[in-house]
Amino acid sequence: MTLVTGHRGPAGDVAASALIEEDAARGTFRVHRSAMTSRDVFDQELERIFAHTWLYVGHESEIPEPGDYVRRPVAGRPVFMVRGAKSGQVNVFHNTCTHRGAVVCRRDRGNSKVFQCFYHAWTFDSEGSLVGVPGRDAYGEKFDMSSLGLARVARAESYRGFVFASFDPQVTDLVSYLGGAREYLDLVIDEADGQLQIISGTQEYGMQANWKLLVENSIDGYHAASTHDTYFKYLVSLGTDLSVGVSGVTKDLGNGHAVLEYLAPWGRPIARWEPLFGPEAKDEIGTLRARLVAQHGEERARRMCDLNRNMLIYPNLIINDIMAVTVRTFMPTSATSMAVTAWEAAPRDELPEVRQRRLDSFLTFLGPGGFATPDDIEALESCQQGFASGGVEWNDISRGMHRDPQATDEEQMRAFWRRWRDQMDGAR
Amino acid sequence: MTSILASSLAELTRGDVEDFLYREAELLDDWNLDDWLELFTADARYVIPCTGDPAGDPSRDLVLVDDDRLRLEARVERLNSRKAHREYPHSNVRHLVTNVRLGGITGDELPVRASFTVWRFRGGRETSYVGGYDYRLVMDESALKIRSKRVVLDMTVLRPAGDVAIIL
Ligand code: FES
Ligand SMILES: [Fe+2]
Repeated sequence: MTLVTGHRGPAGDVAASALIEEDAARGTFRVHRSAMTSRDVFDQELERIFAHTWLYVGHESEIPEPGDYVRRPVAGRPVFMVRGAKSGQVNVFHNTCTHRGAVVCRRDRGNSKVFQCFYHAWTFDSEGSLVGVPGRDAYGEKFDMSSLGLARVARAESYRGFVFASFDPQVTDLVSYLGGAREYLDLVIDEADGQLQIISGTQEYGMQANWKLLVENSIDGYHAASTHDTYFKYLVSLGTDLSVGVSGVTKDLGNGHAVLEYLAPWGRPIARWEPLFGPEAKDEIGTLRARLVAQHGEERARRMCDLNRNMLIYPNLIINDIMAVTVRTFMPTSATSMAVTAWEAAPRDELPEVRQRRLDSFLTFLGPGGFATPDDIEALESCQQGFASGGVEWNDISRGMHRDPQATDEEQMRAFWRRWRDQMDGAR
Repeated sequence: MTSILASSLAELTRGDVEDFLYREAELLDDWNLDDWLELFTADARYVIPCTGDPAGDPSRDLVLVDDDRLRLEARVERLNSRKAHREYPHSNVRHLVTNVRLGGITGDELPVRASFTVWRFRGGRETSYVGGYDYRLVMDESALKIRSKRVVLDMTVLRPAGDVAIIL
């Protein structure tokens, strides 16, 4: 699909304001489908969004000990995150040798005091300093090793264990960036007594669909009942009562972040019992709940225990605190495809039987082998295929515009799209 | 359907086990999942660790699939329904099983290792899965059954396959 006339600004760039049509008076919100199909849009997203926002790198619990590291792409660029042996701090480095470019961290995870480039054996320590150069005399007196340390990603900050990086040195500080999302991130962390841990094991999958379709889908309460019928049937077969439905609210959290917070029929390891967990878990989950009430008061504990949260941290981090907690990030690999990485988070010192129930609860719904995620993949690929048909230029995202948005409405998606539009048009 | 009758695991030859695994592959290729389920014991497990974590332990780590008998039945029911959208209509699948090796009998179990390629074709798209199977087989009322099937993928990420909505 080509961009319709009028979608280009004076400099030949894509004018995103022409791709989003919002009419509050009429209660309509439309997104032009070229936002999901155009290569120019994709290129501009890399330049204007992914090069300037905070992006999720990983969680501090993945690298608890000095020298622990994980390697992964952030916005498609190879970086690695290592806990410095001297400072104990988390360092995020560009994964490239300062000599002539080779990747210096060559395993996905591990522990190492030094990172030696295999090409000419320059050696860096876990703080990034260049500590070894074979045949150093060949460089003469003025050779300044201190200026040849590994390059740090322009900014890296941790919010209570969640490590973000930005390639833009001017980006606002992380806490200001998170804005209204903090309160919800705090709920997820506090319900785990502040000791959230990423469970070992990474789901790395992908789909042939534009990345923004997964933004929408990850925070879409409207599709649950229709798309995920087989999951709900499974819950019913175990004795769950579906009459609870999906009910709650959705919120624009500012800066493109958004959340839905709602009641749903499934059980929550913290702390809402459902037959899926087995009768033996009933007391234990009751105890957990009582403890949270004592610590946080009735109202906050009720949100922690009963309510589900699907949260988007703009632009591409999802933290869904649902039948288990998933942390998911994704990156476009083209206008029509993306790579997805998903983890599971849990309280660090959870009892083995509680952990087992949590793992079961996660896998039954979530992930590329779950009873739900594959059908989401199918839905998004199906939308992408539909776009290719042409004939229809706009997606309708106006659900709930005339009322206080409910969990099955689309206000959270509109929050994303407004921020996306502004950034694509040059806002930082 | 045919089942292998033998009075003990010790009498089984590699040929017997290969016949059994080929039969399993055929049932999966034919989408005859009800009969496929009958190859498993009541205490069966079907596990796929994450790519990049072949030693993943489902009681401790995040994996891709960890089905006990109950979830295995639910998976089959789901795939048999018209509501497993990712697999409706079903992919054409072909399970190629090779390099079958019998281990030494341990307790009442026969460990078997094999290599596989599973091809999946759907809507003009072709994907494949490559890896190893680790089975633990038992003799259940003189029929050979699967107590555990662990599928270890060789791919480093689940791309371009995208998902494991089919049974490997
Ligand atoms: S490129 Fe790394 S030492 Fe030469
Ligand atoms: Fe979904």
